[in-house]
Amino acid sequence: MNMPLVKTEAVMAVPAKTATVLPLAAPKRPPLTRRIVGWLRDLAARVVPPIVVIALTLLVWELLCRKTGATLPPPSKVISSTWELITDPFYDNGGLDKGLFWHLSASLLRVAKGYALAAIVGVALGTLVGQSTWAMRGLDPIFQVLRTVPPLAWLPLSLAAFRDGQPSAIFVIFITAIWPIIINTSVGIRNIPQDYRNVAAVLRLNHLEFFWKIMVPSAAPYIFTGLRIGIGLSWLAIVAAEMLIGGVGIGFFIWDAWNSSHISEIILALVYVGLIGFVLDRIVAGVATIVTRGTAAN
Amino acid sequence: MTPYLKLDHIDKTFVRGSTATVVLKDITFAIEKSEFVSIIGHSGCGKTTLLNIVAGLVPVTTGGVLLENREVDEPGPDRAVVFQNHSLLPWLTVYDNVRLAVDKVFCGAKSRRERHAWTLHNLDLVQMTHAKDKRPAEISGGMKQRVGLARALAMEPKVLLLDEPFGALDALTRAHLQDSVMALHQKLANTVLMITHDVDEAVLLSDRIVMMTNGPAACIGEVLDVPLARPRKRLELAANTTYLKCRQRVLEFLYERHRFVEAA
Repeated sequence: MNMPLVKTEAVMAVPAKTATVLPLAAPKRPPLTRRIVGWLRDLAARVVPPIVVIALTLLVWELLCRKTGATLPPPSKVISSTWELITDPFYDNGGLDKGLFWHLSASLLRVAKGYALAAIVGVALGTLVGQSTWAMRGLDPIFQVLRTVPPLAWLPLSLAAFRDGQPSAIFVIFITAIWPIIINTSVGIRNIPQDYRNVAAVLRLNHLEFFWKIMVPSAAPYIFTGLRIGIGLSWLAIVAAEMLIGGVGIGFFIWDAWNSSHISEIILALVYVGLIGFVLDRIVAGVATIVTRGTAAN
Repeated sequence: MTPYLKLDHIDKTFVRGSTATVVLKDITFAIEKSEFVSIIGHSGCGKTTLLNIVAGLVPVTTGGVLLENREVDEPGPDRAVVFQNHSLLPWLTVYDNVRLAVDKVFCGAKSRRERHAWTLHNLDLVQMTHAKDKRPAEISGGMKQRVGLARALAMEPKVLLLDEPFGALDALTRAHLQDSVMALHQKLANTVLMITHDVDEAVLLSDRIVMMTNGPAACIGEVLDVPLARPRKRLELAANTTYLKCRQRVLEFLYERHRFVEAA
């Protein structure tokens, strides 16, 4: 700032001269066909590798399981013997003899109930633990111990308490999904920058306004990380829980297929479980990107 | 006559475990209405702590802050702060950031339409209307600071507190914003307390400069009146003897008598 200004004499008066404007050709939009080709190439680059890997896996599996004495059916046999289940997922012969759609929707409904409960209670408890030092000191050690208990270990206890399979399964989902939600929410709340708290203090936001206008948006990325882990865990737990409690549900379907030695049906069910777990994860991730847009960027 | 804003024998001690650190010792001074006062000192001397005490964000150990003869000990919109790092909420647009403050402060006093107009008016004061629908991440550092200023002005504070508002900006943007602040002060005649470590900025903007000694136990070393007529022009002042003399005084205070000894 305090540089001595010597050399002023050296600056010569430059004669004024009108600058000529060079016309630049407007960049041409590539023709439609080329754009479509480019777009297809992008798509192919993403779709072809997984297809190749899947095809190779199926081929190896087919070769390994084709010979006599193989314990597992090859993919061709899986499809042929479960063709009825694949083509008609909606049949209902009463009792437990239902199409896969009904089993999957029963499982999804249980997950939805347990998970919704876990999300509400988890965010509430996480907020409490994140906001209050005393709540954290009191509750955090308990959470840290309880979260390591495997989901199925809760099942006998909940059966004893509820004396019914349905609420017990929902409870197992709840208790499985809640820990990551609590822990991530509390970390998110604790990480709210002091600046935002100062802004809230100067504006004299009350507790409710602070919760909705500062806390939730600021902690949203953390909360959604917890929710995403939670949905994955609850889908993991439901299959195991349903194997034990019985009734309509994909877990029971798998167990029932095992008992009747329908290995192909088990494999089909696993494919569905995997796909649905993937879709659930994508849904929560999608909601997260919509809700937290702008939040992470600072 | 009682002063508008009075800092009365303020001591601040931070206690951590068994060690107590005296940060501020016996700070007493007063600010008149419409006065622009800067606090200058080396980093770590407790300037920001002092500002936070006036804002009510940090409690005093002893002493008190009086605004219009009433003690203030908790934060409120009558002492709006422009924070050092803008502190805009990143999930709200520029408009919504200001609107949040307007809605909270004037929820009873103004109708919805008046609040909308008042928000736009304040964005207009800092020339940010063009970016009202952008999010903070999409605008430059100088623009963010302008929006922070608009948010503070929109609360119609009795005292405007500026916490090194231009510290994180490049020199050109800073000069531009300083001119804006001067123009706004001229227009609105608000009472301003500004923290700074920039000597030129302090002399250019202030009616009085409060110079703080180095911490721990920082206190007011000297108070300097800047008897320059307003409106002030940056270029004209560069050769003004009063300006240079004031600048000299502050520099002497900071670099000779209270040289910063510890590593920054």
